[in-house]
Formats: sequence, C-alpha cells, structure tokens
Amino acid sequence: MTIFTPSSSEEVLSAVQWALSAEEPLEILGHGSKRGIGRPVQAAHTLDLSGVSGVTLYEPEELVLSAKAGTPVAEIEKLLDDNRQQLAFEPMDHGPLFGKEPGRGTIGGVLAANISGPRRIKAGAARDHILGIHAVSGRGEAFKSGGRVVKNVTGYDLSKTMAGSWGTLAVVTDLTFKVLPAAETETTLVLHNLTDDQAANVMAHAMGSSAEVSGAAHLPVLVSGKVAGGTLSGQAATVLRMEGVAPSVAWRIAHLKDLLKAAGEMQEIGAEGSRALWRDIRDCAPFAGGKKPVWRVSMAPSQGHRMIDALRREAGVNAFYDWQGGLIWLEMAAGPEAVALRAMIRRFGGGHATLIRAGEPERASLDVFEPQPPALAALSARLKAEFDPKGILNPGRMSSVPAI
Amino acid sequence: MSGLTMPPSDKATLARRAEIVADMRSIVPGEGVVDAERGMRVFESDGLTAYRQLPMVVVLPETTAQVARILKYCSDRNIKVVPRGSGTSLSGGALPLEDAVLLVMSRFSRILDIDYPNRVVVAQPGVTNLGISIAVEQDGFYYAPDPSSQIACSIGGNVAENSGGVHCLKYGLTANNVLGIEMVLMNGEIVRLGGKHLDAEGYDLLGVMTGSEGLLGVVTEVTVRILKKPDMARALLVGFPSSEQGGQCVADIIAAGIIPGGMEMMDRPAIHAAEAFVQAGYPLDVEALLIVELDGCGAELDHLIGRVEEIALKNGSVTCRISQSEEERLNFWLGRKAAFPAVGRISPDYYCMDGTIPRKELPRVLHGMRQLSEEYGLRVANVFHAGDGNLHPLILYDANIPGELDKAEAFGADILRLCVKVGGVLTGEHGVGVEKRDLMGEMFNQTDLDQQMRVKCAFDPGHLLNPGKVFPQLRRCAELGRMHIHRGRMPFPDIPRF
Ligand SMILES: Cc1cc2nc3c(=O)[nH]c(=O)nc-3n(C[C@H](O)[C@H](O)[C@H](O)COP(=O)(O)OP(=O)(O)OC[C@H]3O[C@@H](n4cnc5c(N)ncnc54)[C@H](O)[C@@H]3O)c2cc1C
Repeated sequence: MTIFTPSSSEEVLSAVQWALSAEEPLEILGHGSKRGIGRPVQAAHTLDLSGVSGVTLYEPEELVLSAKAGTPVAEIEKLLDDNRQQLAFEPMDHGPLFGKEPGRGTIGGVLAANISGPRRIKAGAARDHILGIHAVSGRGEAFKSGGRVVKNVTGYDLSKTMAGSWGTLAVVTDLTFKVLPAAETETTLVLHNLTDDQAANVMAHAMGSSAEVSGAAHLPVLVSGKVAGGTLSGQAATVLRMEGVAPSVAWRIAHLKDLLKAAGEMQEIGAEGSRALWRDIRDCAPFAGGKKPVWRVSMAPSQGHRMIDALRREAGVNAFYDWQGGLIWLEMAAGPEAVALRAMIRRFGGGHATLIRAGEPERASLDVFEPQPPALAALSARLKAEFDPKGILNPGRMSSVPAI
Repeated sequence: MSGLTMPPSDKATLARRAEIVADMRSIVPGEGVVDAERGMRVFESDGLTAYRQLPMVVVLPETTAQVARILKYCSDRNIKVVPRGSGTSLSGGALPLEDAVLLVMSRFSRILDIDYPNRVVVAQPGVTNLGISIAVEQDGFYYAPDPSSQIACSIGGNVAENSGGVHCLKYGLTANNVLGIEMVLMNGEIVRLGGKHLDAEGYDLLGVMTGSEGLLGVVTEVTVRILKKPDMARALLVGFPSSEQGGQCVADIIAAGIIPGGMEMMDRPAIHAAEAFVQAGYPLDVEALLIVELDGCGAELDHLIGRVEEIALKNGSVTCRISQSEEERLNFWLGRKAAFPAVGRISPDYYCMDGTIPRKELPRVLHGMRQLSEEYGLRVANVFHAGDGNLHPLILYDANIPGELDKAEAFGADILRLCVKVGGVLTGEHGVGVEKRDLMGEMFNQTDLDQQMRVKCAFDPGHLLNPGKVFPQLRRCAELGRMHIHRGRMPFPDIPRF
C-alpha cells in the first residue's frame, strides 16, 4: 500500500500514469473529510492531493478565483471573507456530521461531491459556480475544460461533468470558481410551532414572493433545540433568511411578516445569530456526531414532508427540511431501510436519496447513491469508461453495478 | 460556403432517399414529413445565413415515442440526424446536411405543467423562451434567462446552446435555471435527467447536455425554474469619454458588492447607429454608454442607485440619467435592444461575434479591434454584456462585394483569437456550431478536444447526431478509445511513503 503525496499537477500526472500501467487502482483523497461517504473504495494505493495546494489567482473585481485542488476550503473562505466576498453556494462542512473537527475539506472535494448549502435554492451548487478545470483522466492524460469567464459555451462543459463524480472520472488538479460579494447583513424570520404541512405551505409562500429568501428550512420540535445553541428549543421552528443591504433586508422582512401574518407569532434573529443558525443547518448539526444512519434526500419541495409522513408509519425516523422542504436530512432510528425509503420517494413523485453516514458494511452492501434506470446507468457507465477505461480512479465508490 | 468542409455525404443513404422518406411518413403521419424542395427551403439555414444547405428530408415529430423511433431507425441504418428548434442559432448549429434527416422540434409546443408551489414549469422543447414567461406572467412569475431572440428561440434550443441574456449576471444562464430534461439518445433510448428536485443524482449529465449543441441527444422535455418578478427595476444611463472609464466603472460597481440585474455597454459606433434608428435620446458625444439596471424592492433601489451614481461620477461620467418611470427605463433599453437591426440599417450586412474576455481587458481588446478594423478596412460596432465580459462585435460588410464575406470572417476570427489571448473564450453564448469549429484549436489542444469527443462517444458512438459541428475533426470512437500506455515507473520514488 502506497500513499502518493504529489505537490504539483505534473506529479499527479505521473502517479496516475504509473497506476494505469501497473493497473493498480487509486483512492483519490483531499483531506479525506468526506471519506465516509460512498461505497468503500477497493484500492491498495492512495493519491493524496492535500499537497497540491494554494490559491493561484484571485481578482475580486473580476469575481474569479483559481486554486489548486488540495487548497483547504477554509483558506479560500478566509481570503474571500477578507475581501467581503464568498462562495455563494455555501459549501457544507461535513466534519461535525462525522464527529470530526470542523474546517477540513479541500476545494477539489467541494467540486467532486458537488457540495452546497442552504443558499442552494437561490444561488445553486458548486456545479453552478465552477468556471474551469485542469484534470488528469484515468487514461493518464492531462486535459482542461472551461476557462475563467462566466459566459462560456466553447465545447462541452467537462467542468460540470466533474461535479458529483466523486473522483471516479478524473483527478482534478486546478479549479477556477466564480465568486460573489457577501451580503452586507442578514436577518432570519422564525415562525413557531407549525406542523410539517403548515411549514411547507409557509415556505412555498415565502419562496414564491419577491422577498428574495435565501434560506428556507423547517426544524421539527425534535431537532429545533439542536441548532443555534438551543435558543429555538421547545417547539418547531420554521426559519426564513433574508440577505442584502440593510434597508432592503428590513423592508423585505416587513413585507414577509405581512404576507405570512396568518401563520402566527414570529420572531427575528439578527445577523450574528442568523449566521450561526444557518451554519448549523448547513452542516446538519442536529445529527452531528451520532452513529445512526443519515440520509440526504432530494425531492420536489412540496413532496418532502408528505413522503416523510408516510415513511414514519414504516420506520423510526427523525427528519428536518432545508431548501423549502426539497432537501431532507433524515436520521434513522435503527437500520438504513434503503428499499423502503426509496420506494417511498418514488411514490411521492421521485427524487433521490444518498446514504451520507453509515458503517462500512452497510455502505459496501447497499446502494449509497440512488440506483439509476437501466438506460441511464448504462450511459453513466459508458461515460466512466471514456474517462477511466481501466477503472483505476476510486473504483466502485458510486456504484457496484456497473462499477463506477 | 466560404471554405467550410462538412462530413462527406453518404451516397448509399442518398440513394435510398425515397425509401427513407416513406419510412419517416409511417413513423410521423400527416403533415410531419417535408421532402419537396419548396417546403424544405425555409429550413436550409439558421440564424447564420451565410451558410445554406437543403437537408435530405425534414421531419417534424410530435411525440417522444416518434423521436425515439426516428433515431433508432436512423441509428440502425447509419443515417445522420440534425436537430433543430426554431433555427435562430447564430453559429450554424442547426445547419442541415445533404444526407441527413433534419429533425425539427417546433411541434413540441405545449406547456405540460405549471407548478407554483415548487416554482417550476415543465415544457416541451419547442415552446419559445418567452412563451414560458408569458404562461406564468399573470401570476407575477417569469423565466429569467432572456436571450434577445426570446420571442422566437425554443427552450430546447436554449438548452442545446446554454443561452444567456442581459439578466444572466444576476440570475444565471440556461444551465443554472434548468432542473431536468427528458432526452432521446441516438440509439432511441429515452433518458430522464433531474426533475423538480435540485441536484440531479449521479454524474452531472444535465450539465454536459446543456450547451452540447444537439450532438449528444434530442431534448424532448424541459423542466425550468421560474422566479417571482422583482418588485421593480430602475436603470441608470451613463456616458463616458472613454471605454477605459466605462470599464473601470463596471469593475468598481462590482467591487462595491453590487450585482446589478443587467449591465450593458455600447461603443460610439453602436450608440450612433442605435440613436439614428430609434431616437432613444442617447448622448452622441461619448465613447461608451453604460446601462446599469437594478432590480428588487424599492428600499434597495433607493439605496443602491445613489451608490452607483457616485461610482459613475468618480469614474468621470459626463452624463448620468436615472430612470424616474417605467417608461423612461424602457426607453433607456430601446436603443440597446434595437442595436442589431440598427446596425443592419447602416450596413448591407453585418456579422455578429460573441467572444468573452476578463472584463479588465476591455480597453486592450477594443484597441486591438480598432487596429484590426483599419487593417481589414471594415467597420465594427460593439455591444457588450459588460457585467460578464461577453462582447458582441458587429462587423459591417457588404456580401455583394466579392471577397468581403471572407474578409469579415477573417476579421471575426482575429477578434476571437484576441479574446482567447487575453484569457477569454471563443464563444460566450452563441455556440461553436460550424462557425467557430475550426478555431477550437485556439483554445484547446488535441488532448482536450479528444476528451470532449470521448464524451460524444458515450452518447453517440457512430457520430450520427449533428456531425460536422463543434469539432474541427471527426475522429472515430474506436480510435479515440485506444490507449497508449507507457511502462510507468513508480513516480517520485524519493518522497517518503508508507
Ligand atoms: C436576433 C438574434 C438575437 C439573439 N440573441 C441571443 C442572446 O441574447 N443570447 C443568446 O444566448 N443567444 C442569442 N441568439 C442565438 C439563438 O437565439 C440561441 O442560440 C437559441 O438558443 C437557439 O434556439 P433555437 O430554438 O432557435 O435553436 P436552433 O437554432 O434551431 O438550434 C440551435 C442548436 O440547438 C440544437 N437543438 C435545437 N433544438 C434541440 C433539441 N430539442 N434537442 C437537441 N438539440 C437541439 C440544434 O441542433 C443546434 O445545434 C440570438 C439569435 C438571433 C437571431
């Protein structure tokens, strides 16, 4: 077992070329902060990219930042913060959920897992902000795609193809992201004691208004106490975030209060508390550190709570909702119940479920990622073969049939 | 065709034309198959009218099942297929081939679902871009990406081209606003990607389909995100004595943390042409005219307009008007929106380019363009999506003068080379098509292009779907799949490992 620790993209290239000629699969790692997600990779050797690190270009006025794949996200966020800018897709920090330290994770991993956060509903995910990449394919060839400008339709968008590919297509060595100004301030409106059903209505109403809500989550009573230092405990909390310049935020909060006045008592949380609250929601703090299986389910927002309501009759679950109800974080009381959950998602209009936290045996025996219909699965397998014909990059991480 | 090489026609297919037409009629009964020359003429070119070619036959299917049968039929018999939406492509993406079926999607014209709680619309691909906004307008919603061709272009064509519009700076391109599609692969298989939920599972095939110019699959259904209209919009019309100052103003607005709904710039020739055409009241003694549109709630606009005005003044603006009414705001836009036809009035023909550059390179690129303009002896007017660096130089020429089209094309190619040289790209939103196909080597080396073509191989290994577009050279998939493995040595053996 060898751990390769390259410090440049050239060294990444030679490591992949060696693996290809030796037909020895590699596990591709950044900090390994998301190593617990996906099927356990069957590879004797590790390609550790954490040494291929550093911001190589940052032009705030051009809203663009380039970094090597192993650059810590924390370093990038600090740099952006110093310039009052941000990665608008609000990448989640997986550390707490796995009971590990926060602040780990590389920018390459952010793209490979297509990470996002609560602002996904307004600003998109990593895939929506990537502008260009350099990468090494499983064919042992260095290639590039995209560029450093937002408007670009020159050739296929292979940068997006890397998003959510979990290192199974190519080893990305350099990334260029669009960055955006950070909001001057933010306020969160809290509605108390709503049922899941009422909350879904309220969130749909808010999102369908012109108030430009940038976060809409519902925390049922079992989880509301586990965020924001317990300040919301005791009853369900439905939270709506407004960001922008102060006069605009104040006006929109007033507008929203008026719009939702039938929903009962409301409370405002100022900028500092709001930031802490949404960080907890982003990082799935309510289920942090535990051992029980955790799913991340993506569905049409209006269907999420209906699916959960039906699922509760079959299995012990604890859930909360982000993205207006379209993202469900689900902690299972006992086993993962993959088959029951997925059948239920299909019954309520479809979507997909990813087993984010589970023990190795479960991840090896279950479909961690949503299984695809045959034509789509075959297409994905063909795509994998075009990038990595010998299956040397993270083999089996996403699927066992076909091996992706 | 000025020097354009397309894939050689397949004589065997052409010899079987009558049989193929009959088979198409059995798949799509009624009016859906056009094989008479007169009927096919309207389809001989798209928005890039310099290139024309009659297709072998035009087929207008109405259902996904028909599309699947057509593609399977063609795939089994090695017949090429060119998909077409509304035919407004400016890069020749929908240019027919002599030996290909032209698959026109315009009869897929129904909106299937308007879902306000989830804020999505599900539409067939032939629905126009504006058709989606109109369908939800009465409830105060709209579809954000707004190409200037929006009354005509289809949503399927938008997906194929990843189209943009003046509001993309704030609201994103097509790729950021499409949640799902249904498509048919060349082998006839039907595949659904995404849906009403965010984040499609598995590989981001939706991402690679968007902007794939009809080479990977035929889109038969599209799910888009819709947005509530902002409360209001106000615009500033700002004139500068130099494009450098205009460019710096744009940079400073963004550096101040302001992302306007739209930010458009025009140069002197474009300002003059537009003003002569629509009399929008544009100042004629400035070198650069900037339209900055802010949208949102009234409180926000009151707050930001003053800040933008301050930034403009600091950068030496000589005129600055702030819209006081909706009528005045629309009037600011009048000239910009009419810029293309306005230029069409002052020149027999014009050729619209579409490069993107890092914004800060604007003065250098405009300067280079002026030099090229003198060298080629052709005038050029510029409209510019200033917020995102997307330039539309309009090259003025006269197709009736022998050699001028070639000259205009050579000038255009030089402009695009300049864009790439300063860190930009060949095309921001119009696509590669046939137009920029032979310039792909300016941006990509052979390895880059080969990897893109391998993606094509995963979708369409026989290169039957829209061949001759995007890639300068068609390499067989078997050849692309071959690997040259060098006996690798264990890399950097002196690095400690365990
Ligand atoms: C006056 C004018 C202004 C324009 N302004 C803009 C602008 O502001 N922004 C911008 O981005 N573009 C603009 N365009 C370009 C053009 O309108 C867009 O590229 C548009 O998306 C093309 O749509 P269409 O339906 O006309 O597609 P077509 O021209 O018919 O086809 C374009 C490409 O898409 C493929 N295609 C079409 N439908 C499908 C389908 N259902 N499945 C698979 N492939 C398909 C075709 O094969 C072709 O490669 C403008 C064009 C004109 C003429």
